Amino acid sequence: MNNAAVIIVIEDEAQIRRFLRTTLSSQGYQVIEAETGKQGLTEAATRKPDLIILDLGLPDMDGVEVVKSVRAWSSVPIIILSARSQENDKISALDAGADDYLVKPFGAGELLARIRVALRHASSATNGNNDGVFSIDQLKVDMAHRKVTVSGTEVHLTPIEYRLLTVLIKHAGRVLTHQMLLKEAWGPNYVERAHYLRIYMGNLRHKLEKDPARPRFLLTEVGVGYRLAVD
Amino acid sequence: MTDQRPDPDALLEKVQRAETVRRRGRLKIFFGANAGVGKTFGMLLAARERRAEGLDVVAGYVETHKRADTEQLLEGLELLPPRLVDYRGAQLREFDLDAALKRHPALILVDELAHTNAPGSRHAKRWQDVEELLDAGIDVFTAINVQHIESLNDVVSQITGIPVWETVPDAVIESANEIELIDLPPDELLQRLTEGKVYLPQQAERAAQNFFRKGNLIALRELALRRTADRVDAQMRDYRDDHAIKNVWQVKERMLVCIGPGGNAENLVRAASRLSQSLKAEWIVVYIETAKLQQLSREQRDGILRTLKLAEELGAETVTLNGHKLSDEVIAYARTRNATRIVLGKPSFTGWRRWLHGSLVDTIVRQASDIDIHVVGKEADFLSQSRTNPYFSRSRLYLGLAAEEQKSFFKWRAGYIWSVVAAAICTSIAWLMFENFDLANLIMVYLLGVVVVAARYGRGPSVFSSFLGVVFFDFFFVPPRFSFAVADSQYLITFAVMLLVALVISSMTVSIKHQAKIASHRERRIASLYAMSRELSVTRGEENIMRVAIKHVTDVFESQAVVLLPNETGRIVYPRGDGVAQSCHGSDLSVAQWVYDHGQMAGLGTDTLPGGDMVYLPLKASSGMIGVLALLPLNPARIALPEQQRLLETFVSQIALALEGVKQAVETQHAQLKIESEQLRNTLLSAISHDLRTPLAAIVGASSSLLWDNNRLDNQARLELSQSIYDEAVRMTGLANNLLDMARLEAGAVVLNRQWQPLEEVVGGALAGMSARMKNHPVTVILPRDLPLVKIDSQLIERVFVNLLENIVKYTPPGTAVEISAATDLNEMVVTVSDHGHGIPAGEEQRIFEKFHRIANEGSQGGAGLGLTICRAIVEAHDGRMWADNLPTGGAAFHFTLPLTEPPLIEHEEAAHS
Repeated sequence: MNNAAVIIVIEDEAQIRRFLRTTLSSQGYQVIEAETGKQGLTEAATRKPDLIILDLGLPDMDGVEVVKSVRAWSSVPIIILSARSQENDKISALDAGADDYLVKPFGAGELLARIRVALRHASSATNGNNDGVFSIDQLKVDMAHRKVTVSGTEVHLTPIEYRLLTVLIKHAGRVLTHQMLLKEAWGPNYVERAHYLRIYMGNLRHKLEKDPARPRFLLTEVGVGYRLAVD
Repeated sequence: MTDQRPDPDALLEKVQRAETVRRRGRLKIFFGANAGVGKTFGMLLAARERRAEGLDVVAGYVETHKRADTEQLLEGLELLPPRLVDYRGAQLREFDLDAALKRHPALILVDELAHTNAPGSRHAKRWQDVEELLDAGIDVFTAINVQHIESLNDVVSQITGIPVWETVPDAVIESANEIELIDLPPDELLQRLTEGKVYLPQQAERAAQNFFRKGNLIALRELALRRTADRVDAQMRDYRDDHAIKNVWQVKERMLVCIGPGGNAENLVRAASRLSQSLKAEWIVVYIETAKLQQLSREQRDGILRTLKLAEELGAETVTLNGHKLSDEVIAYARTRNATRIVLGKPSFTGWRRWLHGSLVDTIVRQASDIDIHVVGKEADFLSQSRTNPYFSRSRLYLGLAAEEQKSFFKWRAGYIWSVVAAAICTSIAWLMFENFDLANLIMVYLLGVVVVAARYGRGPSVFSSFLGVVFFDFFFVPPRFSFAVADSQYLITFAVMLLVALVISSMTVSIKHQAKIASHRERRIASLYAMSRELSVTRGEENIMRVAIKHVTDVFESQAVVLLPNETGRIVYPRGDGVAQSCHGSDLSVAQWVYDHGQMAGLGTDTLPGGDMVYLPLKASSGMIGVLALLPLNPARIALPEQQRLLETFVSQIALALEGVKQAVETQHAQLKIESEQLRNTLLSAISHDLRTPLAAIVGASSSLLWDNNRLDNQARLELSQSIYDEAVRMTGLANNLLDMARLEAGAVVLNRQWQPLEEVVGGALAGMSARMKNHPVTVILPRDLPLVKIDSQLIERVFVNLLENIVKYTPPGTAVEISAATDLNEMVVTVSDHGHGIPAGEEQRIFEKFHRIANEGSQGGAGLGLTICRAIVEAHDGRMWADNLPTGGAAFHFTLPLTEPPLIEHEEAAHS
């Protein structure tokens, strides 16, 4: 296939690489493997990938550094793979510009869903298709008219609540760290006040969700941030 | 024949002696009658021979006195550089013990065994250095003159008229493996002297002229020869013992030597030492402290202490006993120890006084007819003439406290003044009575005065007031009045009887008072000891015991004290606690280390390292050395008193025992912990091996079927196998996560990332993660809308919910309803996760939280029994509590609390917006 997306897998574990190669190839992606961070950066610079899957525990360099290097010259989507003990690295990598993350062990379904979201965002960013109507299930947000309805009933949101919702919609399907959300909805002075975010997210849930304790749209990524469900 | 066989005990003793000798280095002494006979020369000659045999020989310290022939012999021998000590401006050359121990040759030459080391050296005497060398397994060659042998010291002084201060205990000489006598006839020696071949120190030149008289030389030579002959004789007897040539020593001789405060105690001990050597007897020196003897002055008591020390150095066992009557105590002790002989000094009383007081010798001879009694005469020793009056200094009252001693001096003068005052008062009273009473009654008034003075001011003033009474009585009342003349000669008898009665009364009163004082003194001692042991018995922990011990030692001995303990490697270190560090400044760790290594006292007032201000006592317990007690006495002389020493020893052993108890408790606890952790590890291993093996077996089986199926499996079967691989792998992931969390929580490696969180979000996270597995368990979440934020680590609290929900999935049938609720109290939030299943089996409510505990009929339900343990650990890390019970309606309920603190301030949106 000519227009098959090119994915670079930067991962030192041969077994994980094999799993990724098999799964991704079977889905029609073109897979390029790299064992080290340096090799991965070389591949990324020469192959013009559509997406990078990056393991945080590389032997030769810090995964966060790889993210920063790539971000210096490219906005290609990056999905990071992390182990349980690398929670802080994971958040740093996301703040450094990675698009999403998966915690090992993860299933093929989860992986493919994340790849699809990341690729779609990349294309929507280039197409500029952002001002319109976002809808999922009974929730409908009309950006042009700043109108939010749940099952056809209009819901009144405060300005910050609305801003928070539009930030999430802009990155729908992707994880957004607390820091990112605070910066975008409140401004750079508020990045240390995560409890603001939690309270407003709670309010939003109570206004939009049927069961706020088990949200359908506004998902919590514990310890990382939030994600707006897309399907 | 049986009776010709060696006694097994004697043989055993022989073997033991041989063993100590084998461990130790060998000591060879070159022995001479006096200086100039060629001891050093002989020693060097022998050393050269040894070196020629290939032995590693080092000259540790050799005094050549710049004699050419001797110095020539030194050539080619390795010389140990001397230690240079600055002493009052002069530089002294001393034997370097540490260098010698470090060099550790096979044989070392150390001249002049009797030498006294410069102040600041480790040991006071060179023979102690030699002992340490021998202990280290180094052979030693040394030299000594006969006058330096402790037990011959007084004899030599008598012969030569020159006191010798540098002496070596006989035990050291006895322990020598070889003694070589270097003999030179007096004429030849005198010849060498005139030729200037004998070195004479300048300061001793005049004395030496007296010393090197021919008569002296002959006498000294005889002493040396005799001493050597004694040793040869002893060796011969040893040899006969070994070879059972004859039954010698069927009964072991044991001598009891009884010393008193008199000046000839030292002579007595020396004589007894010589006697014991010739008899080959064990000897015990006993000092019996009666109430009367406790009144002795400090000097006299120090003298007794010195004598006992001397006896120990001469190889005796020393004992101090308390008793009322000397003779009874001596005989009783002699019987308990099976003594065959008693050695006593000649009685100091003679004539009527002996008859009046009774003599110890007479009483003992009378009562112990089966024991041989030796009476040693008093030597007209020019040395003892300069010593203090051997009998009681009556006027001074010894009370054991230096301050009181000082006070008693003023009291003593005041006493005589008060005697006069008392006599005056008695005279006034008698004056008033004179008209109506008999003269005999007036005498009673004076006697009363004597009693009062005796009770208050002791012996001297009371005797004085007895005499005053008689004089005043005579002057004022006996006719003719106001004159010392006596009209009727029968009054002379009245005076005599009055004086005698007054003296007896005063003596008795003083004695009773003393006894009371001594009793109270002793009681105080016992009380102080009791106070410490009582407090120690209820004290736990090494540092506390040390603090208690130091407190009591400080109080009772008026000293600063510190307990020094060794670290893991056996090095004495300063204590860590801040409380004790203050008082240990200035304590010398190297001295403490020596004390710890050798188990002997050192420091102030001892023979070893007497330089400093502190005394170091070994803390010895049954299991060995515990540590060292260092003492900085405010009044050093007081610590040296025999009864203080004994009390200190008792204190020290009490402290050692207490510390040993702690040590043993710690060791037991360690052993217990080791057993427990061993058990835990076994449980963990068996749990993990089971929980890992089961899913692994399923994965290996299913995946191998898929690998080698050769297309025989249909799609459905493949799907099922893949599903089981997936499920089992997920299960293993859960287990791995639990183990990891447990390990991190237990290691304290988890740092809580506490942030202000709505509980709802955490519950939501957990439910989202569990949604697939909870599909058959409907969950109701009841959280009040106004539930405050809690400051928690959301990931860990989510873990609590996940583990609780996993348990519900595991232990309740599908379709069981689950409820999650929360309520707030005044200062905490109570979170409850409950189900409507079977509930927790009775009695298991607590145990389910234990590590690796699983409910018995759990069957194949997985899990290592860690889930709830982790939950509780997480909750407790958040300062909360966790417990479980059963709902009245059936089903289990798990509760945990989270503390509520002041929530953060939230700005209103308008403000935030602007």
